[in-house]
Amino acid sequence: MKPYLRDRIPETLAELPDATAYEAGYLVTKNAGWRSSRPVIHQETCRGCLKCYLYCPEGVIFQDGGKVKIDYDFCKGCGICRKICRFGAIEMEEEK
Amino acid sequence: MARKFLSGNEAFAEGIRLAGPRVISAYPITPQTIVVERLSEMVEEGSLSAEFIHVESEHSALSCAIGASAVGARAFTATSSQGLLYMAECLTYASGGRFPIVMMNANRSTALPWNIYGDQRDSISLLDSGWIQCYVENAQEALDLALMSYYIAEKKEVSTPFMVNLDGFVLTHTYEVTDVPEKEQADAFLPGYETENKLDPDHPRNLGFSVGPEHNIAFKYKEHLGILHAKEAVREAEERFAQIFGRQYTGLVEAYRTEDASFVLITLGSIAGLVRETVDRLRERGEKVGLLRIRYPRPFPNKEIAEVLGNVRAAAVLEKDISFGNEGTVFSNVNSALHKAGIPVPVSGYIGGLGGRNISSEEIEGIFADLKSEKRKTMFLGLGGEGEWV
Repeated sequence: MKPYLRDRIPETLAELPDATAYEAGYLVTKNAGWRSSRPVIHQETCRGCLKCYLYCPEGVIFQDGGKVKIDYDFCKGCGICRKICRFGAIEMEEEK
Repeated sequence: MARKFLSGNEAFAEGIRLAGPRVISAYPITPQTIVVERLSEMVEEGSLSAEFIHVESEHSALSCAIGASAVGARAFTATSSQGLLYMAECLTYASGGRFPIVMMNANRSTALPWNIYGDQRDSISLLDSGWIQCYVENAQEALDLALMSYYIAEKKEVSTPFMVNLDGFVLTHTYEVTDVPEKEQADAFLPGYETENKLDPDHPRNLGFSVGPEHNIAFKYKEHLGILHAKEAVREAEERFAQIFGRQYTGLVEAYRTEDASFVLITLGSIAGLVRETVDRLRERGEKVGLLRIRYPRPFPNKEIAEVLGNVRAAAVLEKDISFGNEGTVFSNVNSALHKAGIPVPVSGYIGGLGGRNISSEEIEGIFADLKSEKRKTMFLGLGGEGEWV
């Protein structure tokens, strides 16, 4: 299952946990702003082999309805997926 | 209960055996080595059922204890001096993660000049790391703290790691007759460790996560509250301890003959024994002197210090550490406590015992004489009358 963010994050001291232990999905800092370029998967070229999923150091590549997708909230734009794709299905596009 | 002739290290190992950690990870360093050796023997012979993990460094020793605590296991480690400094990065992971690990630190000088003997610069320099710190005076107190430390650290509202400090060699390597409680008594005192702060496949959650600028300060505030809650937990642990074992402790500080004292010497650790004897000798001569031993410099006993020093004419701090470029750290903390309480007692700061140098009873008498003659000083002891600075 792809990780997901909750709609509402705890705000008050009473709501916040005492330790760094909490249900997943809250208190998450998105890393999207770290990217200077983003990987884009061309679905017509992608064979769905998931090698990119295996190599992604951030675990942000997932399957959705049989298609391989990227969670851009957390992709840091390292480009390893582009390098590892033997079909040339992933291109890096400059972030604007 | 058995009476045994034990060194401080051995007494602490007996206390840890009774506390029953599930994981022990440690790396040997003089003068801590023997506590680890004894525990490894206990695991080997089967008198302690724990995983004893040999690690390649102190950094790994505490990292390993954190990992054990993060699956809900009671964990123990021990170190000293440079080993503690090498662990320093992990100290804040343990405190910020609220993992109630217990560590024994054998107080030893820090390099350079290289030296294996006792002073307290290693742990005092890490007062800000978020750990509860206790300094014991003898082997019995060491054994008892091995048990009480887990009780205090693991209280839900505390959930803070606990460092028990024994003066290197003076406590770790000298032998005393020590009462070793039975395992049944220890079990009656110390409940099993229960926490939600763990990796649990049945209740999956994030553990040890990052928190951005918006909420980070809230976590630090809660960490601060946790260590402050230890004050009440210390009181509760000592009351319970006295009921089961019959030995009474005095909380964050121990005041000795201070009720009517004009001059009080504040110190911590094993040197308090010699100060106590000196106080007795001076009392026989009619001098109104007393001892205030700080047992816990974290959480700091602001209120307790102000209460004891409220009516004295002058006080001095004798400590085995120096914050270079300023003064002794305990001295700074004591002055802050008095200032906040609005108590205008003059306090002198004496640095002694660095690198294991002996502090004599005559030197302690000299401190009381300085106080009596209204000489207010900040100085190093043992430099032939020199060693003062402003």
